[in-house]
Amino acid sequence: MSDAAQYNIKAEPFYQAQGDEVELYEAAYAARLPVMVKGPTGCGKSRFVEYMAWKLGKPLITVACNEDMTASDLVGRYLLDANGTRWLDGPLTTAARIGAICYLDEIVEARQDTTVVIHPLTDHRRTLPLDKKGELIEAHPDFQLVISYNPGYQSLMKDLKQSTKQRFAGFEFDYPSEATETSIVAKETGIDIELAAKLVKIGGTARNLKGHGLDEGISTRLLTYAATLIKGGVEPKAACRMALVRPITDDADIRDTLDHAISATFA
Amino acid sequence: MSETVVERTPEVEAYWEALGCRFADVNRVFDECMTEATTLLSKEGMDSYIENARFIGKMGRGSEPLLVYLEEAPRVASIVGEDVLSEIKDFVYYLSTNTNFKAIVPFLQTLASVTRRLHSIEQLHYYFKLLKDMVTRTSGSVHGHHTTFPSPGLPDLLKQAPRLLKLLSMEGFKNWIDYGINYYHNHPERQIDYFTLQSADANAVLQRERHGTLLIDHERKLDLYMRSLWQDSDYLVPYSLAFSELRKPMPYYDDFGIRLPDVFDDLNGVRGIDRYRATLGHMAAHRRWSSKMVVDNWSPFQRVAVAVFEDCRVDTLAIRMYPGLRRRFLALHPIPNEEDLVKTEQSLLLLRLALVSRAILDPNFKIRDEVLNSYVERFHAMMADGAEGSSRDAADIALSFIAKTRRQTDLSPNVYFDNTEVDYRDDNRHLWIYIESGDDEDTLFEHLEEQKQDEDSFKLPPRHYHEWDYQAAHYRPDWVSVYEAVHPSGDATQIDRLLEKHSALAKRLKAILEALKPQQKVRIRYQEEGSELDLDVAIRSLIDLKSGSQPDMRINMSHKNDGRDIAVMVVLDLSQSLNERAAGSSQTILELSQEAVSLLSWTIDKLGDKFAIAGFNSDTRHNVRYAHIKGFSESWGTDVKSRLAAMTAQYSTRMGAAMRHASHYLESQKADKKLMLILTDGEPADIDVSDDQLLIHDTRQAVKELNQKGIYSYCINLDPKADEYVKDIFGKQYTVIDHIDRLPEQLPKIFMALTK
Repeated sequence: MSDAAQYNIKAEPFYQAQGDEVELYEAAYAARLPVMVKGPTGCGKSRFVEYMAWKLGKPLITVACNEDMTASDLVGRYLLDANGTRWLDGPLTTAARIGAICYLDEIVEARQDTTVVIHPLTDHRRTLPLDKKGELIEAHPDFQLVISYNPGYQSLMKDLKQSTKQRFAGFEFDYPSEATETSIVAKETGIDIELAAKLVKIGGTARNLKGHGLDEGISTRLLTYAATLIKGGVEPKAACRMALVRPITDDADIRDTLDHAISATFA
Repeated sequence: MSETVVERTPEVEAYWEALGCRFADVNRVFDECMTEATTLLSKEGMDSYIENARFIGKMGRGSEPLLVYLEEAPRVASIVGEDVLSEIKDFVYYLSTNTNFKAIVPFLQTLASVTRRLHSIEQLHYYFKLLKDMVTRTSGSVHGHHTTFPSPGLPDLLKQAPRLLKLLSMEGFKNWIDYGINYYHNHPERQIDYFTLQSADANAVLQRERHGTLLIDHERKLDLYMRSLWQDSDYLVPYSLAFSELRKPMPYYDDFGIRLPDVFDDLNGVRGIDRYRATLGHMAAHRRWSSKMVVDNWSPFQRVAVAVFEDCRVDTLAIRMYPGLRRRFLALHPIPNEEDLVKTEQSLLLLRLALVSRAILDPNFKIRDEVLNSYVERFHAMMADGAEGSSRDAADIALSFIAKTRRQTDLSPNVYFDNTEVDYRDDNRHLWIYIESGDDEDTLFEHLEEQKQDEDSFKLPPRHYHEWDYQAAHYRPDWVSVYEAVHPSGDATQIDRLLEKHSALAKRLKAILEALKPQQKVRIRYQEEGSELDLDVAIRSLIDLKSGSQPDMRINMSHKNDGRDIAVMVVLDLSQSLNERAAGSSQTILELSQEAVSLLSWTIDKLGDKFAIAGFNSDTRHNVRYAHIKGFSESWGTDVKSRLAAMTAQYSTRMGAAMRHASHYLESQKADKKLMLILTDGEPADIDVSDDQLLIHDTRQAVKELNQKGIYSYCINLDPKADEYVKDIFGKQYTVIDHIDRLPEQLPKIFMALTK
């Protein structure tokens, strides 16, 4: 069995609540309800889960999902050993055994046949059958499953099955309000409030373009990147171009427009 | 001779003698010309001026060339030096001797303004060279040994030259002329249309060659700008500045959209695109913060003042939101000259307003005038501490400004305009509400809109495509008009009967199809990390391990999905030649194509690939007809079959345009591979093209364009002699079918081989 302590969150992560989501999450955890966190990329989903794990004092096991991921990547597989084969638990199995919060990040990236393995863990059964090993794991009483996904990213191919969706309590996240976001950027990186407000304003201009050539606006995460660069002595406009514009678009028109927004915001 | 009543100074009299001229009308203006010439020219210059004038006078082309020379030449010489005087004479002589003497007067008339644009003698030499080139290439000759017909377009070109050079660089000017010569050298009327800027392509080429930032090129960028910075969006409608010199239209917006100039040159170091942005930013600020006011009781002066103060208010608010705008606004805002406030003979209202406007926006600009300053302060007081003020507040300040600073001279018709026009501001028509209808409303664009509605009601508007001209190595802009329509329908059962006729072939095809059908799951073995244990490999590894050798760790396997993702566009040539009977067959090529396409469609449908079918033919470049037979989203059903059954063949084959049009459908398909199959029986040709290479090269260019868009084009050619040209067009991507009667069998096979 793996060492449970390594999954504990050591220091308090900075998280600024946008509403009553902390209380609601605590209630959901008390009932051990599986939770789904939705929202655009970089708006604080993962940070929220991390913060809640710290607040509840539970270990957190995070799995970044991708389309090549298979059920065995979650559950576990046989490895070759000197004496034959040896079973190795996957992250989901480990979490169920030690009573951790298992966080499946960007679950829609995983193929649908992969996601169904979580089904028995997410209803009244709270068990995980390891058919290859012939074992049935009863989930630890502290175990909870959290998934996140980004509805903006959805395409026809990437959506959760109804039968998966209807096993979770949901939180909808969005980019925080201007004032909140400003204070988040300022506190997270230690730049002054005025500069943070300018960054947030540039972020806002890009979010207006969602659906007009941008799939996603500039995320809070990117804003903190820009702030970090500025804090490190990079000239603000260059930092913004580097951290806010270049990553999100290859479209010359949009790049130009956002560059202009930057030079219009920084006099 | 009795008209010479004026006494001449001996000096002028000497010049008159040297000129040796007997024309009465020259005599009349000679003194004035001399007065001007002596101020502009040196002594030597005067001698050369008179000497060359004498030559022009004695040329035997009447008095007019001499008159114009006397008037214009000194000004030209004052710009580029006096050596030019004899060069002008030489050029006039050149025109006179090769039948183009009608062009002499326009040449001389516009020379001064042309020179002002060109500035240097080198540029002017180049201009002469271009004109000579034009003369040699457009003057007609009979039996090839003497130029007997004058160049039809030259006089008009000369008349247009100043305007053209204002819009175009020398290079662009040359390209514009070249285009006209290339296409209309053997068509005098069209040539005149072109060089008088009457024809559509003259303007199109002008737009293409002109310098500056074109609105159409940046429409999307500007729309993005409006959306992202101002959360606003509207139609951007261009208007042209090129055609109304006197009454220059200003940007404005109304219910139908935002009107902007079609082109902005860089100004004061501000790029054209940023001028658009400044103008749009200013208008967006109006749209956000301005409200309408009833203005029936305000005088024009009051309205002007209200507009300026309101402009300043929204600019201030915009700058507050985006501080970087201040730099742009100020770069475009003129710096009015306060010294001129003392002038008494002019109406200085605009100057006073411009001073105040500059002072409000530019913290470093200080006015000495106390009264004006008090209004700047009043304005700042209104906006102090983050207050937004209102249009009404701005109007109050403006009305008081007019009352306080009014001067007697304001009513003077002589208005001071220098450095008072703010480039990025609109005409503020949106601010006013008239309760009574006035007579000064702008109706500039209304007639245009009416016209448009008429056209819409009777047919779908065409799409325009460029065409490649291989000789000039450039695109002819918007040269071809493609009209699209749904193909008429016929009897669908006819196609079913055709399929039945080929049922034996269909059976054979089916066997090949089965092999081609995507195998959904493919096993990938030898994976270090896979979804399942691959027992065979695992045991082998274990044996290796037990026997002490290095085991293979890749004992897992995984699965991957393997599917076909192909979109196919079948483009059929429906030109007249298809009605011919195929060699060695009782059927026409059209009927055989019909069978072949039916079978092909059946095949593709069975394979489950996305496909579309379209036919085309052309009747000159103005009417390329593109018939929609099957769209990507339609199923292979009765509708499609009935359209296929009604296929008819007529007109010619302008293939490039049809391919470009078809490609925009294919382009929007989501597929890994995109294939355009072109079924044709001959080379691209059309009745308005005499050079048979032209459309071949254009089609080849279209193939290149398609390649760049990730579309693979493939030609199936039924012309046994196609090898001569089809390779030039499609490279290796073609098949020539010699036995046309085997087409129905071949076509599906070719397709399957292509996509295997």
